[in-house]
Amino acid sequence: MVEFLNIFIGGLILGGIYALIAVGLSLQYGVARVLNISHGEFIMVGAFLTWAMYTFWGLNPLASLAIVGPAIFVVGFVLHRTLFTRLRTSSASPAAYEGGSLIATFGLMFIIQNLAIITWGTDIEAYSFLNTGVSIFGARFAANRLTMLLFAAGICVVFYLFLARTRLGKAIRAAAQDPETAGMMGVNIKRVLALCFGLGALMAGLAGSLLSMCYPIRTTMGLEYTIIAIIVVVLGGMGSIVGSFIGGLILGMVGSIVLYIDPSLSLVAYYFIFILLLLVRPTGILGK
Amino acid sequence: MNSVASIVLNRSFQLGLLAVILIALATLPLHYQGYNIVRLLNIFMFVVLTVSWVIFSGSTGYMSLASAAFFGVGIYTSALLGDKLPIAVVVGIGALVSSCVAFLVGALTLRLRGIYFAIFTFGLVELIKHLTLWWEINMEDRRGRLVVYVENDIIFWVMLSILVATLLTAYFIRRSKWGLALQSIGENEEAAAHMGINVTLVKVITFAVSALFVGASGAIIATRWTYIDPGIAFNPLYSFMPVLMAIFGGMGRLLGPVIGAIAFTYLKEELGTEFPELYMLIFGIILIVAILYMPNGLVGLIQRLWIRGFRRQDADT
Repeated sequence: MVEFLNIFIGGLILGGIYALIAVGLSLQYGVARVLNISHGEFIMVGAFLTWAMYTFWGLNPLASLAIVGPAIFVVGFVLHRTLFTRLRTSSASPAAYEGGSLIATFGLMFIIQNLAIITWGTDIEAYSFLNTGVSIFGARFAANRLTMLLFAAGICVVFYLFLARTRLGKAIRAAAQDPETAGMMGVNIKRVLALCFGLGALMAGLAGSLLSMCYPIRTTMGLEYTIIAIIVVVLGGMGSIVGSFIGGLILGMVGSIVLYIDPSLSLVAYYFIFILLLLVRPTGILGK
Repeated sequence: MNSVASIVLNRSFQLGLLAVILIALATLPLHYQGYNIVRLLNIFMFVVLTVSWVIFSGSTGYMSLASAAFFGVGIYTSALLGDKLPIAVVVGIGALVSSCVAFLVGALTLRLRGIYFAIFTFGLVELIKHLTLWWEINMEDRRGRLVVYVENDIIFWVMLSILVATLLTAYFIRRSKWGLALQSIGENEEAAAHMGINVTLVKVITFAVSALFVGASGAIIATRWTYIDPGIAFNPLYSFMPVLMAIFGGMGRLLGPVIGAIAFTYLKEELGTEFPELYMLIFGIILIVAILYMPNGLVGLIQRLWIRGFRRQDADT
């Protein structure tokens, strides 16, 4: 029973953070049509900002969420308004835009990662926050991991409500289905797409802040998270936000089970699932 | 000016120039020693990687990120067989094994379209990397292995031959019916199939052929590195770089990817050893500028300026 709980809650913790990361990417790819290879770099920047504010100013990592989130949102929004909007309007076809923006995000990845390396170096950094054990029916977990799960789940739920209940959320869903028609119906497409890209970056930044409370961080860790995000998005079905959420939980559970059996196999298992999935059902669980 | 241009555009002049350059390159190790040779070696390697990427992906539009997988397979062939067989044979085996892997992958996955193919091929690199790592740690209780030592001059000549073979193959594919078939697949795959092109066959075989050179260059460069592990051999940068170099150079002409690879590798050699971060940073910036302002790459830009120059002359006369 304790072992089961260990695996199950461990899976939820991993799954929660994977879901948060993937929802961000799903928003950027599903709506803004940018398969953002630099997604993981936004995670890394979020993590390092939180770490820096905690170690140099003693700022509570949970409080820094309120600084990191908006700051990264602005960066994402501006990037889309300048770089990606220009690319979109000058591309001959949607397919050409997808290819071009993919290459541009490779460029972004190199720029952000190497600016971070120049600023923070390549050492592994970590800090201790809420590092006490909490017992759940005999299974023990660090308080910071449970906090991370709580916040990740909370952010996902708030975002889902925003998407489902507000006018702006409706505009985003319309733009995801058919940007041109949505534009004709009076949706300000340029703003909505930039908003989606910004929100995706925001979620990456928040995920990074949360991750830094629990795991050691490095300036070169971005790509790994980008890959996990892509796996989850494909698993859930490209463009489906709910799919990404479910995909995140599934991958988290798988990760937790494999970690229990043989920790060194967890990445192998991810890629194996991923490749099998692409061969059998490339549209994912909830894909069209 | 016009007479100069006509000489430059003359085919036999171009071929002659190419022959002179090749002979000069081939005799280079006789005059120079040490670092300059190594530097050229890296440039050759990236030209091979980039041009073989363009052979398949440039014309068909399938963006492959599998180069690192083929490259790494070549590297591991060299690490496993390097001390047992003569180096030329090892390079040949590396090429063939890579090509077989590409054939299998192609047969399995070329029905995936667009971004899915790119993601799949990238996942493949990571899967092979982590499987090898797991195997080495758990089954052999070690990490990485040593590669047999080969003299720099020999590495240089082998790499140069691979380079020439790659360029020749790319050139002849471009001029052949096969190349036309690839082009029509890139423009409209369904229409190509209706015209009677065996689309799957053409794609899979071209993919396998392009992997030959990647595997061979991996097998020979491994001997220069002397120590390799899965992280070095299957480094995803070897998948990304050729794509980015080709796009920077421009894929409309064979010269484009070659120039792109030379320019970036030269920059890397100048900055890379002392300021690797700065190199990658500049690389990223150039990439974004290129994608925004040079949709047809450097060669496309030069061509446009060239044509504009001619028009002005015509207007003058």
